[in-house]
Amino acid sequence: MKERALQSESSGGLEDRIDAAWIWDRIARVVIFAGGVSAIVLIVAIFVFVANEGLGFALFDLDKGQFFGSPNWRPTTEPEGEFGALALMAGTASVTGLAMLIAVPFSLGAAIYISEFATGRTREILKILIELLAAIPSVVWGFIGLTILNPLIIDMFNVPVGLTVLNAGLILGLMAAPIMTTIAEDALKAVPESYREAAEAMGASRWQVIRQVVLPSAKNGLVAAALLGVGRGFGETMAVLMASGHAVHMPTSPFDSVRALTATIAAELGETAQGSDHYRVLFTLGILLFLVTFVINLLADILVRKGGGKRS
Amino acid sequence: MGTDPKGGSNITKGDQGAPEGVPLSGSEPASPAIRTRDLNLWYGDFQALFDVDIDVRQGKVTSLIGPSGCGKSTLLRSINRINERLGYVRTAGTIEVMGHDVLADDVELTPLRRAVGMVFQRPNPLPLSIRDNALFAYRLHRGGKGPAAEEDAVMEKALQEVLLWDQVKDRLNQRATELSLEEQQKLCIARLLPVQPSVLLMDEPCSALDPKATHAVEELLWKLRGEYSILIVTHNMAQARRASDECVFMLMGKVVEHSSTGDMFVTPKSQQTADYIEGRYG
Repeated sequence: MKERALQSESSGGLEDRIDAAWIWDRIARVVIFAGGVSAIVLIVAIFVFVANEGLGFALFDLDKGQFFGSPNWRPTTEPEGEFGALALMAGTASVTGLAMLIAVPFSLGAAIYISEFATGRTREILKILIELLAAIPSVVWGFIGLTILNPLIIDMFNVPVGLTVLNAGLILGLMAAPIMTTIAEDALKAVPESYREAAEAMGASRWQVIRQVVLPSAKNGLVAAALLGVGRGFGETMAVLMASGHAVHMPTSPFDSVRALTATIAAELGETAQGSDHYRVLFTLGILLFLVTFVINLLADILVRKGGGKRS
Repeated sequence: MGTDPKGGSNITKGDQGAPEGVPLSGSEPASPAIRTRDLNLWYGDFQALFDVDIDVRQGKVTSLIGPSGCGKSTLLRSINRINERLGYVRTAGTIEVMGHDVLADDVELTPLRRAVGMVFQRPNPLPLSIRDNALFAYRLHRGGKGPAAEEDAVMEKALQEVLLWDQVKDRLNQRATELSLEEQQKLCIARLLPVQPSVLLMDEPCSALDPKATHAVEELLWKLRGEYSILIVTHNMAQARRASDECVFMLMGKVVEHSSTGDMFVTPKSQQTADYIEGRYG
């Protein structure tokens, strides 16, 4: 390209003039390219950093049987810490599971209402409110868990502690619901209007159209929405840290306090000696979280693409 | 005034008895399949139909012709009230299908749309198997799946009627959206037949099809004529001429002329009709 431009310049034809527009064009190209590449570079850098700190330890020094099999997380015991992450995994899983039980029906219902029933102003207002809900910082949610839900749970269920799986699950469910609603609504909106019209013209009621036509067509997108919600739940730290009670404990009921993987890293990393086993095992937890959320997001992405491909 | 035995009697919930209306002249063999009187329709502030009076005869193919935006699709879509999906549509006047006022307050849309089937411009099979598409309306009005043997018989009959059975009988579980456009459009007609509609409304059913498929669908219309009363919107003059008994010419939301196809194309009564047919505008 460049050579040709120069040639034409020498032959006096279409010359590539170096003026302000040309310079701005070049600058813009470089900036946009850097912006695009930076996302990839940063992801790779984060992965390399986390792997560098934790992967060697995870592969060679860590007692895998203990890590996955023991509920005893005693990282500061002398002379050697005990690194059983089972209770942490169970904590994260129980809180996320409960959150999904709450968030999936709520957000599916909300998405169906907004996409299929609400019209005009109602719909716009609802969409704005839901986006607003998604923008509440997680520490505020944690605060709500700590100061509102905690005494409420103690009162209602007559239990000694209100910072439990139930509390964290409720908070996390409320946090995940707006995001899931938005994605699920997109999936429902992507169902071609001609399907709805076809079914209605055959005499289907609105509910029949939704149940027999819209939901099956949007199935992949809806599952992806739920998966992204799960990913959100796995990765959430602050609210869970504040609402779950942060006690290393294998949960047996919703009224048990638990500790999440994320919360453990957040709470302990600042107090470990860099390079120590404790420090490294926290990075191993990070790798675990990274892998789980990566797989979940990948699955969601594949499902969304598959859904889109089928419709077009 | 006689009413058609199939479908017609279940349009209204309460079955309000014989409708009033002008008795037809003696030459007319039966009451019209569709009759509109003083039909006016507005989209918001825009008036799309002005005092439309038409009578669509039973068992015939009637074409609605006219330039783009003349209101022919609007008229078609007001008969099964599918245009009410838009929310900002206002209708005044009367529309009767097989003698029943479809705009009355007590009309339920489900039986109305069972009696009045619709075929759209772009084939719109649902993203289900061919079988589930062919049986969609049947199951809808039956309130669930029927016995397997009965479903098979119903489906085969419908697909035979639209001359599609031989092409699809070995792949009934394939997704209908993977069929060719011609096959899709035939399937869209076939899925209406199991619930025995009295009227079929078709909104430019061939405009997305190639000439060969168009020919096939036209043949099909001609075959279905007699058993069903068909009202078809078309942009294609040749199609209207080939494949209809009567033509209604519309312009700017008004009916200009309604006569038999032969008369309209040979001796149009109105100058506007003549101009349109001869391609001077539209």
